[in-house]
Amino acid sequence: MAESTTSPAATERAAGTETLTMAKALNAGLREALAGDDRVLLMGEDIGTLGGVFRVTEGLQAEFGTGRVLDTPLAEAGIVGTAIGLAMRGFRPVCEIQFDGFIYPGFDQITSQLAKQTFRHEGTQSFPVVIRVPYGGHIGAVEHHQESPEAYFAHTAGLRVMSPATSHDAYWMIQQAIASNDPVLFFEPKSRYWQKGEVDRGDAGEDSPHRARVVRTGTDVTLIGHGAMVSVLLQAAELAAEEGTSLEVVDLRSLSPIDYGPLLASARKTGRVVVAQEAPGNVSVGSEIAATIAEKTFYSLEAPVLRVSGYDTPFPPARIESYYLPDVDRVLEAVDRSLAY
Amino acid sequence: MSYTEATVQLLSPEGDLVRSELSEPYLPLVEALDDQTLQDFHRQMVVIRRFDIEAGNLQRQGQLALWIPSLGQEAIQVGSAYAARPQDHIFPAYREHAVGRIRGLDVMKIIAMLRGLSHGGWDPAETGNFHLFTLVIGSQSLHATGYGMGVMLDGAHATGDPEKDVAVLAYFGDGASSQGDVNEAFVFAASYQTPNVFVLQNNHWAISVPVERQSRTPLYLRSRGFGIPSEQVDGNDVLAGYAVTRSYLDAARAGEGPRFIEALTYRMGAHTSSDDPTKYRENEELAFWAQRDPIARFETYLRARGAGDDFFADVQAEAEDLAADVRTRTLQLTDPEPAAMFRHVYTDPHPVVAEQAAWFEAFEASLADEPAPGAEPVAPPPGTPADGDEGAAAAAAADSADEAAEAAPSPASNGAR
Repeated sequence: MAESTTSPAATERAAGTETLTMAKALNAGLREALAGDDRVLLMGEDIGTLGGVFRVTEGLQAEFGTGRVLDTPLAEAGIVGTAIGLAMRGFRPVCEIQFDGFIYPGFDQITSQLAKQTFRHEGTQSFPVVIRVPYGGHIGAVEHHQESPEAYFAHTAGLRVMSPATSHDAYWMIQQAIASNDPVLFFEPKSRYWQKGEVDRGDAGEDSPHRARVVRTGTDVTLIGHGAMVSVLLQAAELAAEEGTSLEVVDLRSLSPIDYGPLLASARKTGRVVVAQEAPGNVSVGSEIAATIAEKTFYSLEAPVLRVSGYDTPFPPARIESYYLPDVDRVLEAVDRSLAY
Repeated sequence: MSYTEATVQLLSPEGDLVRSELSEPYLPLVEALDDQTLQDFHRQMVVIRRFDIEAGNLQRQGQLALWIPSLGQEAIQVGSAYAARPQDHIFPAYREHAVGRIRGLDVMKIIAMLRGLSHGGWDPAETGNFHLFTLVIGSQSLHATGYGMGVMLDGAHATGDPEKDVAVLAYFGDGASSQGDVNEAFVFAASYQTPNVFVLQNNHWAISVPVERQSRTPLYLRSRGFGIPSEQVDGNDVLAGYAVTRSYLDAARAGEGPRFIEALTYRMGAHTSSDDPTKYRENEELAFWAQRDPIARFETYLRARGAGDDFFADVQAEAEDLAADVRTRTLQLTDPEPAAMFRHVYTDPHPVVAEQAAWFEAFEASLADEPAPGAEPVAPPPGTPADGDEGAAAAAAADSADEAAEAAPSPASNGAR
């Protein structure tokens, strides 16, 4: 689904839809979840009276009370660990990790505890815990505030990992994540928080958050990405079209499990694939997608699957982040390389 | 680190009731216990000690992958377990065999876990709310605190009805006191005033690391900095373990907030069957604690109250029966079916796990039936030739045998997904 920044047509308000920033769309989705199930709880640092550092939970504590929206002590392991106990009691906790780079103190509770609890309980208990994580660059912030740690969690059995790219998906996918009976790492592309998009509150469009979606059809090269990367890919496709190259863009939406159906179908159609992500490339979600497409569509490919990613360095200081983050130029460079085979 | 001036002791190592300023508030709780209950304390300690020895033997004979002895720590475990009410929830570490048994856990579940048949293996709803063992040190302290938060949010404590109000008991050791999770659990429990009681069994050794390396301050003082009242108890005194835990659980269920107990005990055995404590500790220390054995002193106390040889013989017979039964049942245990590894990874259906499970089943079946030379691959990996993937069509169209093999690799390529 195109957004206002990339598609002028989307600024016109369609019937049955409203224009919301991604932050407001998430807020609306969380409100729906809180209103629809009194076992849903929000918990995290600064999410109550302040409404979160990004204001995603603004007004929710006032509306639902301190027993539904909990300001927690500043301790990520504590937030996730107590959420596990709350899930054992029958709650559906939605935890906010304030920034991507602050998730690691909670890493053991997420990967060794939360992810394995259903398996250890042999199915007698479910652990419907959602962990919301604002992630990614483009906001010029200081160290630990612009990272993309999703691969750690996609690698871990027992977790589901998803990331919306649009306001519409943000509104629906957060509700679907909360309805999931499994733990979900919900990565919110924070550079999109303030971007407006059309939200159809009457129709999710997909019955599952685990479906990849072709968001622009094309015939020459397939571009695959998630989160904030999707808008970069759409811009690249727009520019390439002016030069007569037809690029297809697929929004992953789900990073675990990955919905390979649309990816393989697109790869077979175009024969050329570029996978793009902000995260470092080494042992990443993009690596896995590239390997799988090569394995399964080998006879259809005209070129090796190429990857565009953050470099294998720490996320750099903000003044040079634009050189680190894959942009339209780097995506189109990869497109050119693919077409040269 | 041994008993201090602050240690609450109700029964001396010689088996006499202790009347002191420290014991006075707790003695009425003990005096309210009838002889039957006191004898049950003894029975549980003796039976679990015999079970523990039998399980250790089974490990040495190759029947278990690991054993985690509880020898010497029976008193605090039995006393605190009897202090809990049926509606309470209990989050153990991994050495609380006696607590589990008292709550209704079939100890064979512990045997099965340490034989390598499961990673947990019981449903807390069927074991008196005794939750699974947690092997990562201290992690369960946060789960217990979160559970306590849930109890509060549900209004399930502090209603004034002790038959219904819920408290939550969590166990960990002196090593765990250094973990961030335990300290964060103190922060959360104090902040929300949850109905949690934390029991630290200070058995003086975290494998080879002495408690002096974990803390420069007596551990019972730790929680006070978090705003959580605490006691240090003689962990080898089942009466002190019972009375202080009972008092603290009642306070927690009444809405007075969390409590912390440091129980001074001693790990008479190894950390686990993989450990060799002779490499790092002295016989003198072992002898010191052997003189403070929890069972011996309680037997003296019970005999003084009139328990006779018949009772003790009966208890020993029950212990021997359980040991024999555990041995028999252990030798009868069967491995889980291998495909069990794919179950309960998720609650909701998951395509990757389902696909790999199907591939695994086909692959295993292919090993069972030796294919005739030149036969089609028996178990192509899921995804590659199936579901309309282009691999299948390409394989069918390919002239070259090599290409066909690429498109539909043998199961041994392990090309799941």
